[in-house]
Amino acid sequence: MRGYNPPVPRTEIPVYKRSFGAEQAERLLWRAGFGPRRGDAAKLAKLGVTGAVRSLTNPPALQLAGPEPKDERGRPLAPADAVGHDHLWWLDRMVRGNQQLVERMTLVWHDWFATSTVGVKSQQLMLDQNETLRAGALGSFKDLLLNVTRDPAMLVWLSGVQNSRLKPNENYGREVMELFTLGVNRGYTESDVREQARALTGFRAERNKGTGYYNFRYEPRLHDDGQKTIFGKSGAFDWQDTCRLCLGNKSHPSYFVRKLWSYFVPTAVGPKTQAGLERLYLNGYQVRPVVEAILQHPDLYNGPRMTKPPVVYTAGLLRAAGRGVDTSYWWRLDALAGQRLFYPPNVAGWNDDRWLDTSTFRGRWFATALAFEPYRTDERSGGDHPSDSKQLLSRALSFLGNPTITPETQKLLLGFAKAALPQAHGHGNPPAVVEDALRHLIAVSPDYQTS
Amino acid sequence: MRACDCNDHSRTELIRRAVAEAGRGLPSIEPGMPLPAGTGLSRRSFLTRSAGLALSVYGGTRLAAAALDGGIARAAALAGNDRVLVSVFLDGGIDALSLLFPDGDPRYRSLRPKLALPHDQGIAFPADSRLLWHPSAGGFSTLFNEGKMAVMPAIGYDHPDKSHFTSRHYWEVGAINPGLQSGWLGRFLDVNGSADNPLQGLSLDTRLQPALASVKVPVASLESPDQYQFTLPAKFAAPLPLERQMLVAVGNLGAVHARSKDAGLRAAGETAQQVNRLRAQLKPFSGTDGEGTIKSPVAYPQSADEFPHRLAGLAAMLGVGLPIRCVALRAPGMYDTHANQATGLSQAIKLTADSLLSFQRDLEARKLADRVVVHVWSEFGRRASENGSQGTDHGAAGVGLLIGTQVRSGLVGEFPGLSGGLDEQGNLRATTDFRGVYSGLIEQWLRADPAPIIQNAKSFARPALIK
Repeated sequence: MRGYNPPVPRTEIPVYKRSFGAEQAERLLWRAGFGPRRGDAAKLAKLGVTGAVRSLTNPPALQLAGPEPKDERGRPLAPADAVGHDHLWWLDRMVRGNQQLVERMTLVWHDWFATSTVGVKSQQLMLDQNETLRAGALGSFKDLLLNVTRDPAMLVWLSGVQNSRLKPNENYGREVMELFTLGVNRGYTESDVREQARALTGFRAERNKGTGYYNFRYEPRLHDDGQKTIFGKSGAFDWQDTCRLCLGNKSHPSYFVRKLWSYFVPTAVGPKTQAGLERLYLNGYQVRPVVEAILQHPDLYNGPRMTKPPVVYTAGLLRAAGRGVDTSYWWRLDALAGQRLFYPPNVAGWNDDRWLDTSTFRGRWFATALAFEPYRTDERSGGDHPSDSKQLLSRALSFLGNPTITPETQKLLLGFAKAALPQAHGHGNPPAVVEDALRHLIAVSPDYQTS
Repeated sequence: MRACDCNDHSRTELIRRAVAEAGRGLPSIEPGMPLPAGTGLSRRSFLTRSAGLALSVYGGTRLAAAALDGGIARAAALAGNDRVLVSVFLDGGIDALSLLFPDGDPRYRSLRPKLALPHDQGIAFPADSRLLWHPSAGGFSTLFNEGKMAVMPAIGYDHPDKSHFTSRHYWEVGAINPGLQSGWLGRFLDVNGSADNPLQGLSLDTRLQPALASVKVPVASLESPDQYQFTLPAKFAAPLPLERQMLVAVGNLGAVHARSKDAGLRAAGETAQQVNRLRAQLKPFSGTDGEGTIKSPVAYPQSADEFPHRLAGLAAMLGVGLPIRCVALRAPGMYDTHANQATGLSQAIKLTADSLLSFQRDLEARKLADRVVVHVWSEFGRRASENGSQGTDHGAAGVGLLIGTQVRSGLVGEFPGLSGGLDEQGNLRATTDFRGVYSGLIEQWLRADPAPIIQNAKSFARPALIK
């Protein structure tokens, strides 16, 4: 991933200048990865904002720390075959991988080019696509778009394998503009949709009733090699021209920048920054410099908090607790929380602005309970467990790596602990159980649900 | 149960899921096929204080939550006499020739050499001596023999479409019209419903059943009223109920941030606050031990499937006077039986029939039975001749049922037989048009004019369905 960094043009994109401490590093690790392991934030803070960001955009060679993932009976995962193991496999990469931003960008592209196993009906093809997204995570968007356009899972999902000269299918031709490059009704017409579909003809695969599609290929005889007119330009366009024309459309850079920005910063991008990011992007369609600029932007650190997506939250809990994937429950709980990997709700991806509601909150509640289950304090500490509520809160916070918690939340948690502990003249709960309850409450608090 | 690889059917399911995310850019998976009704309706979550329910409300978005809440309360005050129609969908196209099998038809055993059901296991069907109930359909037989059921043995429409997707769409919108976007029950509510009571059209599902998709008035979706639980490991239950205190703390944590200047913290705070409030509101439907309870006066079948549970919840909601008028839900089982259909079909029929019998008994015990009619339907029947995989392929006319004490018991339309009654593709011909049944239900049960709801309503023979 270290690789090639093209010369970056000078722009006027602001860079965060205030103090970059553990709190800022913690936010960066949640926004650009899957949360800190204990001690990570303090370590990263020492690099300063630019150093910290560059360490994420130029990670070392891939290493997976800790034990291999397994199910609750200790068996290895079967990501291509067993139900839910695809989700578990990826969750493990998020938890153990040392290329946190690459993994997070892979999740961004999974949402951007949202493809679902429901339509593809092959976990293997979905995993193959996942590898394509990961390999292109911080590279050129042009290469990524080309690779996604001919990706087998995508060819099944958006009917590319049904799109032939004889029976054109507009599915991909529409979405490549509406969702992947330009935005709905921006810079294209219905006629462009039809013409793009013609340009995209020629992909083919065989279908086996039991196992689904195989033998993906391009068959020139099925391609419509006639003249097409797209965005007012005419030519005997093919699928590569489709991608090239979309990227060249003047509505593309603004769509790309706004969409990418929205994954990292919850407030709208300002016009000056937008223009700067577009210039940066148009210098070779490179993703890495744009992400680098967004991650150093003052809006990321000075602006409001952002809800952690469900799998980011789950992976972060496991990272904070120092636990790996050792049970298959996670895919169900993440689904309950609203995000089953490889099953986005539709081709537009997840609704990233609305993760939290009264239903999905339950998924997070159960995920928290499960994540901390092996670390119960009550069984180990015996009679000499501290029984002061302040001490209990501080221990519970330290278990979670001392996340940033507002004073209001701290005060409320102290009140909870005091009320729950043994009182002078009555019964109460063992301090160890109260400490466990505090861990749980910290993790489900509005503070920790956001970053 | 999913014994086949019917690509068309699972794609239908994909689109249905997408409808739950209505308005967010549907994948046009099968060009040329109709979009499901309800596509484009906006959805939002909403808690009703008056009813203590968490609803997904579709449409009616210009109204404030408070107005919807008030609407439910007002409508509840008036409820009590409103008639209720419950639509139960048998997903995938049930094999009508197994549910009521033509034991006495000379061609039955030659068309179904492997799948024909044995004569001595069938249950007598007094209305037509050629037909016997499937051995697992005892629940239906009981209802029929008690005079609480009408059977449509060959219901469908001319020029039947064999795509699950398209045919189901026709039934849902109540017209042979691929472009229609509102459901037939949704249109009934648009004309006869209220602008502020989403419970009037209730989808008991994770997503909106398209038959309920309305244009003007709000309708709602609810998984089940008693599933809102927050169980924790047992350690938090003793010696004091710490779990409850923790949930109260969640609400308090929400409250301190619900007015935060930080928009992200504020949104998370609001959710946490709602969680605790909702939990309190759903108490009538939850037990003290953390397990959900709906107190039913009768026993329902035990099953991992939600269907009996949802019916029990529906009876309980009607029992507490919630202003519900049209309900739609899916029966258990996957009826798209292209291969090895015997076992799965038998289980699905049994659970569906037994659950609906329990529901009827529940309504009778609650003295609500005279207010409720259940309509059971499927998008088509299956081919008269079996295929090579001990299953049956998509057919034409199928079977429909009406259940309730006010239903005029007996046959609606006749069974056309397997000699003269099959079309050139070997599928059963319809003797009743489903749009005639819809028109009859609107007119005779819901006491409204079918003309603005069913296109060309006058052109369909309207059978007598209600006593």
